[in-house]
Amino acid sequence: MLLTATAARAGEAAPPEPRPPTTLDAAALDRLVKPESREETIASLVEATDVHALPILRALLEGNLYLGPTAVLVDREGALQDALTGAPASVDREQLEQVTINNRLRRTLERAVAALSLLEDSPSGRLAAVRVLQDNPGPEVLPAVQKALAQERDREVKEALRATAAMLALASPDPGQRLAAIEELRKAHAKRRLLQQREVEKDPTVLAALDDAVREVDLALERAAMVGLFFSGLSLGSILLLAALGLAITFGLMGVINMAHGELLMVGAYATWLVQGAFRGSRHFDWYLLAALPAAFLAAAAVGALLEITVVRKLYGRPLETLLATWGASLLIVQTVRVAFGAQNVEVSNPSWMSGGVTLLPDLVLPWNRIVILLFSAGVLVGVWLLLTRTRLGLLVRAVTQDRQRAAGLGVRTPRVDLLAFAVGSGIAGLGGCALSQIGNVGPELGQGFIVDSFMVVVLGGVGQLAGTTIAAGSLGVVNKLLEPWAGAVMAKIVVLVFVILFIQRRPQGLFALRGRALEEG
Amino acid sequence: MNRGLWLAALSCAVTLAAVDARAEETIKVGILHSLSGTMAISETSLKDVALMTIGEINARGGVLGKKVEPVVVDPASNWPLFAEKARQLLTKDKVAAVFGCWTSVSRKSVLPVFEELNGLLFYPVQYEGEELSQNVFYTGAAPNQQAIPAVEYLMSKEGGGATRFFLLGTDYVYPRTTNKILRAFLHSKGVNDKDIQETYTPFGHSDYQTIVAQIKAFGAGGHTAVISTINGDSNVPFYKELGNQGLKATDIPVVAFSVGEEELRGIDTKPLVGHLAAWNYFMSVKNPTNTAFIKQWKEYVKKNSLPGGDSRVTNDPMEATYVGIHMWAQAVKKAGTIKVDAVRTAMSGQTFAAPSGFTLKMDETNHHLWKPVMIGEVQANGQFSVVWKTSKPIRAQPWSPYIPGNEKRAER
Repeated sequence: MLLTATAARAGEAAPPEPRPPTTLDAAALDRLVKPESREETIASLVEATDVHALPILRALLEGNLYLGPTAVLVDREGALQDALTGAPASVDREQLEQVTINNRLRRTLERAVAALSLLEDSPSGRLAAVRVLQDNPGPEVLPAVQKALAQERDREVKEALRATAAMLALASPDPGQRLAAIEELRKAHAKRRLLQQREVEKDPTVLAALDDAVREVDLALERAAMVGLFFSGLSLGSILLLAALGLAITFGLMGVINMAHGELLMVGAYATWLVQGAFRGSRHFDWYLLAALPAAFLAAAAVGALLEITVVRKLYGRPLETLLATWGASLLIVQTVRVAFGAQNVEVSNPSWMSGGVTLLPDLVLPWNRIVILLFSAGVLVGVWLLLTRTRLGLLVRAVTQDRQRAAGLGVRTPRVDLLAFAVGSGIAGLGGCALSQIGNVGPELGQGFIVDSFMVVVLGGVGQLAGTTIAAGSLGVVNKLLEPWAGAVMAKIVVLVFVILFIQRRPQGLFALRGRALEEG
Repeated sequence: MNRGLWLAALSCAVTLAAVDARAEETIKVGILHSLSGTMAISETSLKDVALMTIGEINARGGVLGKKVEPVVVDPASNWPLFAEKARQLLTKDKVAAVFGCWTSVSRKSVLPVFEELNGLLFYPVQYEGEELSQNVFYTGAAPNQQAIPAVEYLMSKEGGGATRFFLLGTDYVYPRTTNKILRAFLHSKGVNDKDIQETYTPFGHSDYQTIVAQIKAFGAGGHTAVISTINGDSNVPFYKELGNQGLKATDIPVVAFSVGEEELRGIDTKPLVGHLAAWNYFMSVKNPTNTAFIKQWKEYVKKNSLPGGDSRVTNDPMEATYVGIHMWAQAVKKAGTIKVDAVRTAMSGQTFAAPSGFTLKMDETNHHLWKPVMIGEVQANGQFSVVWKTSKPIRAQPWSPYIPGNEKRAER
């Protein structure tokens, strides 16, 4: 049993008859490797629908084709093979010269690989290949598409193939076929190709159809852009909300002007980075974020509790001194992190399930990391709301906030409640930091960029109001993003700040007003 | 004056004398790079490579029989602080030369200090030109050694025949001036203003959602290329957003002037394959000098256990720093003194066999290096594959002919 297994493995390593990666002849391979004849060789291979060329074309596209001292070699998952015979080659990698391609050739190659995989591959692979051809069409792929159309069984793929074949007819001399092609291009929102055709088109009816199609595509793209803009606004809003939620408790409810709030975000981000480091190399690396969440919460909560005990506690009711002392604390935390982890940014990578995005329209891709953070901030918001309204701690916090002396008189240990509330608020900032690490840079100065935004959100929303904080974060995000395309990133920020100043002058209590310690004492 | 003040003054003078006495034994040089803040991502490795090069020179016996002693300061990506630190290096540490700065705004900030005190600055990064100081040697590229050839490549058939250009940059003097030059250049090639869009973001900007969406919308109008002069750590969120939103190089290539191997380290470059950068050196260039340079760097990183370890890379400004320090040492040897005026004269015409595979020459008159131009495409492993390069080093034109008024200048 053991013996046969070993034999089988040995057989895999050195097959008795090596399977060549390609059945191309040596001359064709030679032409493929030479830069000057490469493009026409690829085109002729595709036109001949030569599926045997697929592995070698893929290797060329992915940069796995090398010129050795004697032969052309393919790198197959780390093992070098002769491209023609498939025999394993042992060559010093220093002597190899990679066969490189540029963007123009990459385009041709992507098209060629897609066209040839139409005839092989799984239904989902075939569908992906058709989509590539729709984005990146060329006349030489028509025979492959027609051949695939004739033998295709899957309904969805067949429909996509039909549309692609129709699009490819744009160069046809028959105006009817060109009209059909324009119709398909309109459906696919392929504005650039429609514009190109408009420049060369002579037939008046086709030209009219082209104009209509361009106008319609423009409208559709504009709608998509608006949806995209709104989504970016919401995404920015969700980030502002995460940054400000902790402050909504420490400043909003407890009335502590905590200038070190940004540094608590930073502590959360660094905790995420440390957890990521612990997971590196593990096969559960993709899920490190789940472990990072509690770590970020606890780390920031611990720093917050320490801050409360050493600084904030002694200064309740003295906002100016609190402001100065916490600002000092913030500098202290930044320097400590610099000394401990270095002044440069640290790398926090996205897990693979947060990379890429969902394609809603050809022009509208919603990135996964932003979607996840949007959902996460909604989750944290619900959690904070439940904590404040449904738990004993929440009840005590609200009681102390509304009337400290009476709460104390009824036996509430107010210092303990203060400590817990401050720690929870700091911990939530830590969660925010964990989320921020997924979209921006993590460095010692991370928090300083968010301190103004956080205070702005809380003050605009109305001090002490969760609903106000949420609405303020969302609307600031959306307004900022709606202004950006017109005014630019710098002006948009200025306009928003001016708007907030004017708003606070008119309505100092913010969007929503509630009696709270901050207002009574202020 | 009371006695306390006298004592203080006296002790001060004694300390200064002591500093001077020590300065006799070594030759001090300043390293002026941001080790914190938004530019630390790019500048930290320049400090590291400068220390490595100085170590190499010292191992060969130093210059003029003395060891070279580096004085490292951190101007923290804070432009006024650059000027303060430069003054400190020149007056307090009395350095013979300073190697430093990345952003043009930092160079503009230190320039008056160097001119006032007659110091010597070696500036290792590509920049916008429009400057020529007696007190600066520019070892990075001028626009005609980077920006103009890159745009010519994008407009060529091989480069994709771009007809529309999205100029995206960080909001300061380098991107603004470069884009001014590029706009004039594009006009001269018959590109209209409606096919050029300019957008700027602040330093440290991290939300590129709308900008990537704008690029897509602009790109629907025809063959489009993005020319990015984004500097510093904003590049990380920018490239992440490009990847996540699926903006492919085969549709809309992004060519960057301030992004090299170092900035891409730690970004997943698989979705970015094919985006471009224009430089005068890439780590992937194959020649014996470069192999030795990379080996020396890897060993230095290992010996000093620098953060990043095995993943550390070399890049163009590092090469320019390396070349600059060696040329300075050669010039000091030739002049036989560290006096600025003598070294400046000795610098003209200095040559050095650089890791780029070419022997670079400091121009006799314009304080700029002759450099080869290379354009590389990002690969899945974070390296660049060179798709176009000049056959020999070309002379710098610090005063771009595309800026009106420059045609009258003697030194072009």
